[in-house]
Amino acid sequence: MSDLAQSREKQERRNRWLLLTPALVILLIAASGPLLITLTYSFLTPGDYGGVEWRFSTEAWFNVIFQRDIFDDTLGFADAHLSILWRSVKLSLMTTIGAVILGFPTAYFIATRPPHSRDIWMLLIMIPFWTNLLIRTFAVMELIRNEGTVNSLLIWSGVIDQPIQILFTETAIMIGMLYVYLPLMVLPLYASMERLDFNLVEAGYDLYATRFAVLRRIILPLVKPGLIAGSILVFVPSLGAYVTPRVMGGGKQLMLGNLIELQFGQGRNWPLGAALSITLLAIVMVALIFYVRSAGREEVGHG
Amino acid sequence: MIEIDKVSKAYGAGKSRFMALNDVSVTIRKNEFFTLLGPSGCGKTTLLRVIAGFVDPTEGSVTMDGQDLLVLPPHRRPVNTVFQSYALFPHLTVRQNIAFGLEMLGKPKAEIAQTVDEMMALVQMTAMADRQTGQISGGQQQRVALARALAPKPKVLLLDEPLSALDFKLRKDMQIELKRLQTETGITFVFVTHDQEEALTMSDRIAVMSAGSIRQIGSPHDIYEQPAERFVADFIGDTNFLPVQVGTVQGDMAEVTLSSGKTVAARAVLGGQGGGTTLAIRPEHTRLVPPDQGLLQGRLENVVYFGTDTHYHVAIGKDETIVTRAQNLPGSVAQFKTGDTVGVDFPAGVGQVLKD
Repeated sequence: MSDLAQSREKQERRNRWLLLTPALVILLIAASGPLLITLTYSFLTPGDYGGVEWRFSTEAWFNVIFQRDIFDDTLGFADAHLSILWRSVKLSLMTTIGAVILGFPTAYFIATRPPHSRDIWMLLIMIPFWTNLLIRTFAVMELIRNEGTVNSLLIWSGVIDQPIQILFTETAIMIGMLYVYLPLMVLPLYASMERLDFNLVEAGYDLYATRFAVLRRIILPLVKPGLIAGSILVFVPSLGAYVTPRVMGGGKQLMLGNLIELQFGQGRNWPLGAALSITLLAIVMVALIFYVRSAGREEVGHG
Repeated sequence: MIEIDKVSKAYGAGKSRFMALNDVSVTIRKNEFFTLLGPSGCGKTTLLRVIAGFVDPTEGSVTMDGQDLLVLPPHRRPVNTVFQSYALFPHLTVRQNIAFGLEMLGKPKAEIAQTVDEMMALVQMTAMADRQTGQISGGQQQRVALARALAPKPKVLLLDEPLSALDFKLRKDMQIELKRLQTETGITFVFVTHDQEEALTMSDRIAVMSAGSIRQIGSPHDIYEQPAERFVADFIGDTNFLPVQVGTVQGDMAEVTLSSGKTVAARAVLGGQGGGTTLAIRPEHTRLVPPDQGLLQGRLENVVYFGTDTHYHVAIGKDETIVTRAQNLPGSVAQFKTGDTVGVDFPAGVGQVLKD
């Protein structure tokens, strides 16, 4: 009997692998392939007119952080790269925090509506998300430019008499990214709040907890998985954002995505572009590891 | 002492206006086990939530020891609730759940630890202190919910059908347990249930509710033996309703004429205005007798064996049926079989004439 069961189990295992093979092959070629090429390129020498020459070099990686003075060959930090790196991380973090501040009450509001109207609210959140990214970005641009809606309204109402320069600043990039990625925060937050048993909130009030204590001690711990998922979903694409900083920053306020594009385009330094791409990937990986670990802890906690 | 005075709660407006509570007045005494009993949708849970602070009444007042409760938000009221679904915090352990209320009250750490230990001992959950609430059984969750609500030592404990999710055997045990806890702690319990047996076995006093209002308040004995109206008699236990004509009324006794033409004395709390055409009588107060004896005569339609006792359904006339219950004592043999003509008899003074 056990022989039969064993051979059937073996057969099943073999079938499972066979069925998985096409997906694995595609994953290997489409996901790992380009990554390997990028990694390889980052260790080569730039060609004169773009492309790479097949000579091993760590120059690109060196240039991510350091630069050599063109006149006296002294070493210094690559201030431009570091400030762009810092701006990317800073703006992404601020976007994430902003998305939490705006998204949390929004998700809570929707989750506490009667079931049939929740879908309508979610639709309203999703509609902009289905619109072309460039169009959405230009819409925000129209709002905040010097002759735009916000400034016109403020001048008309007499609050200010000179338009505030928002466009082409870091603030503009943040506003743009916040608008673009907010649905990615609201969705997972709403999903975990919808599952929240509001009897627990009542139980909290019943046990002498103030509104703030209920939020901190009961709601926050229970929607934490959604909060973390939303933060990752906003932080990761913000970090690599290309269109929004390009349009809202007016080419003056570069982020990592723009810097990478520059190396592959006008900069004609593919290895540096590849090294910067891998750097971006590394930062994202750190964020994801943080997510997986805290999500894993949650799992154990709930038993 | 909680005084609920002329409390009403309306939902909706215009035609769809629905009165969840309609002019409810009741006084709940100190240290009593008070039960709100009624079918689902009768407003009993709404009344409990009014006391807890989760529902604001449209009209009326609620005071506790002279203090207006309605001006206080739920977290400032000295009452705690055991929820029907228990509502234990899933991200906290048993110990942390029980400690929650005390922490919110800002008690010192040592005192919290001591009280929590006492509470866990009280509900026999000490061994489970560090389990997550998802890892314990329904009955254990029930105990934790109780301990959590009792830990802050509330003046009043509100229990919203706390036993309805438990199986029969466990429910029986918890009924006794709850009664013991109430006696030991001396806390006023306000208990909501739709289970009449639960209400009868545990309560000091019962308020029977229907369609948003209280129909009768009294001790289990009063409610069972002297139901004030048809709804109460019908809802609590099994009752036979016999058409009668009320003759002379003397004090709280009345002379009633049955459909057979025979007369018998019955209790009547008619408030002097007369009337009343229904006699309520409990099956166990009647007995089968040979056909030429007894107050009523009919055909034995059905014999149902229940183990502890047997129910005899007797058809009297066209649409009058009476159920008689006889205890199955050792050695007792069925005297009558289905189809026999039998007599039904009951003593004077056990029937109750109902208000119309």
